[in-house]
Amino acid sequence: MAQPETAPERSPELSGQALESGSSLWHDAFVRLRRNRLAMMSLVFLVALVLVALATPWLAPYSYEEQDLALGASAPSAEHWLGTDTLGRDLLTRIMYGTRVSLMVGFIATAVALGIGVLWGTTAGFLGGRVDMVMMRLVDVLYALPFAIFVVLLTVIFGSSLLLLFLAIGAVEWLTMARIVRGQVLGLRRQEFIEAAISLGLSRWSIITRHLIPNALGPIIVYTTLTIPSVILLESFLSFLGLGVQAPQSSWGSLISDGVDTMEEYPWLLIFPGLTLAVALFALNFLGDGLRDALDPRVSKD
Amino acid sequence: MLRFILGRLGQAIPVMLVVVTITFFMVRLAPGGPFDTERAVPPEVMEALNERYNLDQSMGAQYLNYLGNLLQGDLGPSFKFPNRTVNEMIASGAPTTFELGLYAIVFALVIGLLAGVVASLRANTLQDYVPMSLAMVGICLPSFVLGPMLVLVFGIWLEWLPVSGWGSSAGDKILPSITLGSTYAAYIARISRGGMLEVLSQDYIRTARAKGLSTFRIVTVHALRGGITPVVSFMGPAIAGLLAGSFVVETIFQIPGLGRFFIQAAFNRDYTMVLGMTIFFAGLIILLNLIADTVLVWLNPKLRPNARPS
Amino acid sequence: MALLSVEHLSVHFHTREGVVRAVDGVSFSVEPGEVLGIVGESGSGKSVACYSLLGLIPMPPGRIESGRAEFDGIDLLSLSEKQLRRIRGRRISMVFQDPMTSLNPYMRIGDQLVESLRQHHRVDKKAARERAILSLEEVGIREARQRIDNYPHEFSGGMRQRVMVAMALITEPELLIADEPTTALDVTVQAQILDLIKEIQRRRNLTVVFISHDLGVVAGLADHILVMKSGQVVEAGPPKQIFRAPQHPYTRQLIEAIPTSAKSAVGTLEDTPLLDVRELYTAFPVYRGMFFPREVSRVEAVKSVSLSVRKGEILGLVGESGSGKSTLGRSIMRLVDSQSGEVWLDGKSLSALRKGELKRARRDFQMIFQDPYASLNPRMTVFDTLAEPLLLHGLAERGNLREEINQLMDDVGLDRRSVRKYPHEFSGGQRQRVAIARALAVRPRLIVADEPVSALDVTIQAQILDLLLALTQRHGLTMLFISHDLAVVRYLCDRVAVMRQGELVEQGETEAVFSHPQHPYTRDLLDAIPSVDFGTESAQ
Repeated sequence: MAQPETAPERSPELSGQALESGSSLWHDAFVRLRRNRLAMMSLVFLVALVLVALATPWLAPYSYEEQDLALGASAPSAEHWLGTDTLGRDLLTRIMYGTRVSLMVGFIATAVALGIGVLWGTTAGFLGGRVDMVMMRLVDVLYALPFAIFVVLLTVIFGSSLLLLFLAIGAVEWLTMARIVRGQVLGLRRQEFIEAAISLGLSRWSIITRHLIPNALGPIIVYTTLTIPSVILLESFLSFLGLGVQAPQSSWGSLISDGVDTMEEYPWLLIFPGLTLAVALFALNFLGDGLRDALDPRVSKD
Repeated sequence: MLRFILGRLGQAIPVMLVVVTITFFMVRLAPGGPFDTERAVPPEVMEALNERYNLDQSMGAQYLNYLGNLLQGDLGPSFKFPNRTVNEMIASGAPTTFELGLYAIVFALVIGLLAGVVASLRANTLQDYVPMSLAMVGICLPSFVLGPMLVLVFGIWLEWLPVSGWGSSAGDKILPSITLGSTYAAYIARISRGGMLEVLSQDYIRTARAKGLSTFRIVTVHALRGGITPVVSFMGPAIAGLLAGSFVVETIFQIPGLGRFFIQAAFNRDYTMVLGMTIFFAGLIILLNLIADTVLVWLNPKLRPNARPS
Repeated sequence: MALLSVEHLSVHFHTREGVVRAVDGVSFSVEPGEVLGIVGESGSGKSVACYSLLGLIPMPPGRIESGRAEFDGIDLLSLSEKQLRRIRGRRISMVFQDPMTSLNPYMRIGDQLVESLRQHHRVDKKAARERAILSLEEVGIREARQRIDNYPHEFSGGMRQRVMVAMALITEPELLIADEPTTALDVTVQAQILDLIKEIQRRRNLTVVFISHDLGVVAGLADHILVMKSGQVVEAGPPKQIFRAPQHPYTRQLIEAIPTSAKSAVGTLEDTPLLDVRELYTAFPVYRGMFFPREVSRVEAVKSVSLSVRKGEILGLVGESGSGKSTLGRSIMRLVDSQSGEVWLDGKSLSALRKGELKRARRDFQMIFQDPYASLNPRMTVFDTLAEPLLLHGLAERGNLREEINQLMDDVGLDRRSVRKYPHEFSGGQRQRVAIARALAVRPRLIVADEPVSALDVTIQAQILDLLLALTQRHGLTMLFISHDLAVVRYLCDRVAVMRQGELVEQGETEAVFSHPQHPYTRDLLDAIPSVDFGTESAQ
């Protein structure tokens, strides 16, 4: 239902009382995010995960390639909290190192996607007209292509390496970013406050930095947060197929792949890496959703 | 409508050409390239390759040759197995993959739409929270985690369903189809809920209510058409994703389909096979996107090209 | 015996921020064949009061707290949803504000009409279709037999509203509730729809509840008027009584807000033009093509327009949507590029300026926009918004910045203490004051105001108009005032220019144009103004 006119107008008396203390949209958004318990828990979890990943070389109980063939695969125990794999390597250690790789791919490839997407989207949105049409048509076309397949093709031709992984995944994920940024820029460009800024005689640079970017930032932050899990997913997908990270290095995907081979005898080798991936994806998605709710101007209006 | 479809086909051809060109030259220019004679290639393969691609000619001529064969529907021989052609491999794997894909998409649509529509009608109640939480789980459990877990639980521990195969024992199609479809069921549920909520807040739904229509009629006749539009636009990317997902699912369940062949070819560095199949997949996806776009236009009278504003 | 009588109706919305008393103890009744007009500004509860009777408000958060509503002896508030459905659309029909969004865009209009009829009456498909054609003809849709299979987007706004009326009336209801049915329409179209409703009401002896924010529109139509404010009825009575002897101060405010009088001549105007527009032509290219888009056609928004504004004068630029008046304003502001023609400001050609020169020259001409919600950067405080132009053009130093801004706040009637607030913390009228202050900050000579009051409530509208008038006189400003509202233009402007389809059809002194319009289109526009003729001695 269209809300019938119920929104109360703030009375002028009310706004006069609080002396000179305005609350910015950023501040309001932060307050809303703080109230979202699930998103805050996700944030705490993710910060912890990143810290652990950074400190892994010092924190990890074992080395990731240290084998104990005599021990072989063993169930979780006091020495090996999450058990060991078929080569007797400590699973917790391998998951910790895998987290490093997966998160690194997630952040770097997202940064690549962010860079290309923002550049492409702002250019198209700002120039508009014919340039915009051609640029966005190209995005439409690329959108329809089977990128996972191209990434496989790339790894076949160039061999798999982390660098290729960053570039390939980044090159796939920038499309949506470009669309969102372009939509934002285009929408904002038509806004009257941008026209007012032009009327005042502001330079293009000031308009972009003072008026355009602060207002386009919200959706970009939200979408960046939501891109990280899909990047991690794509990396895990490739590593699962054996086309991503190569042994003895590990990532969540390759650990799961190893776990599948022996899940009948040693199910923990599948369950723990799978759980880590799922929980990390959960947290990233919840945080993304929470940020969207907090930053969405439609929510902040009432 | 026909003009729209023909127009879109006209757009698809240059796109396809770009795909073929890029993949061809990418494979052709690969370091230690596929047609490099220093590598140990069986002589009969060399012969076949020479015959097909005229390796002694310039690269441009080889490209034109490949295009020519492609136009006749010939994707060339396998690089690793001289007595097999790409066409034969596709022909043998496609029916299985298509069947798997069909089951997965039907599963995804039925479950996803049902959950999404119900959740939108009961927004912010238990009937909304439960399916939407499940959808979140579905999105965060990718097929390569969900598939093995399902096998572990229903195949190994409970022994209700076969752990692998396709069409060789009763019920062995259930787990692969669910594994492949679940992520998309989750996405469709979220998208259709969002779409329905958007439509249900429109003024014309208020009009329909003011006319005294029943809730059932309002949902089915007035809301659904606009509400599922975003789901239809999602079908393009979903199908591309399903194809990629089939690589995983066919590997996990050892199903002899296109996905498994493709991954095997990738491991064997069977360049011509990978090249041929990439082109085939690209063509397939472009075609399916075209169908999705056509449905989208059919759903929305405003997009029809013969619409005349007065 | 009243057809509908409502007693002590209270509807509250229970939101997270607290309870909103949307309707607070409202009583009214409508006799058969009578037209009741409910007038109020946004948030007055006028729509909620009517919607809640038919169960058309979202519940929750809405809740009917108390009251009685009797329709032809039936207690509406005690009915189940199923019983209500038999009343909705059959005995009580509704027409809504925005015909663009109130019709289902995915359905042919014929199907939507037939659906209404067949929901409530046993009619076979063929007969229903014939009835639909008849009712389309009744509301004045030509070639109804062909048009019935069109989709809503194939009709213009006014035609769509006719379809809405036909759909509401096809079931021959006893009561029609029309919620702002003309607000979204152009003035001339608005007049046609009002005439249509009047005519059908008389012919069918229909009972009508007509909801509007516009006292003028309601006055010409209603037998009885209800004035609502903040969920309560503040005054009720026949139009004559309301206009002649308004009891409540709010009603008086509403009546005074209708700009009736013409502007009194302000001293002597110099004859030198400040703004001189010569044969200005602006068109927007339309591109087609996938990878190599080419210009296939152009939309001509402004076709060779010439006009001039004298120093100290307010020129009203009048036109309906799509007339090109906004584009003309933006072309003068150099916000859109013109293909040909020239704009001279005080003897200097703006069209010849290069980029850097133009930026400096912009000090002299500023714009006020329509939507106060969109024209302020939501992430900047009022202080920053006002400081930006002052610092940019070197009109203030860090030292006296605060003082300058305080001056501006005083000038536009805003509380100095709220300079650190953000736009979303202000009401619409206050925001528009901020926007005016921003335009004034650089001490411009010319102001282009594009529909600056049309997004505001009527009483606020009157305040902003008076502010603009006072400011132009205080600062010796020249203004190009763009509006669709003739009454507002008459109140504010010294001269008027009428625009239609990209061309000026008439211009002249305001009074001359209003009393002796030369062009037939101007006459149409003037005829479309709802006339309020009750000898409003108490007002003005």
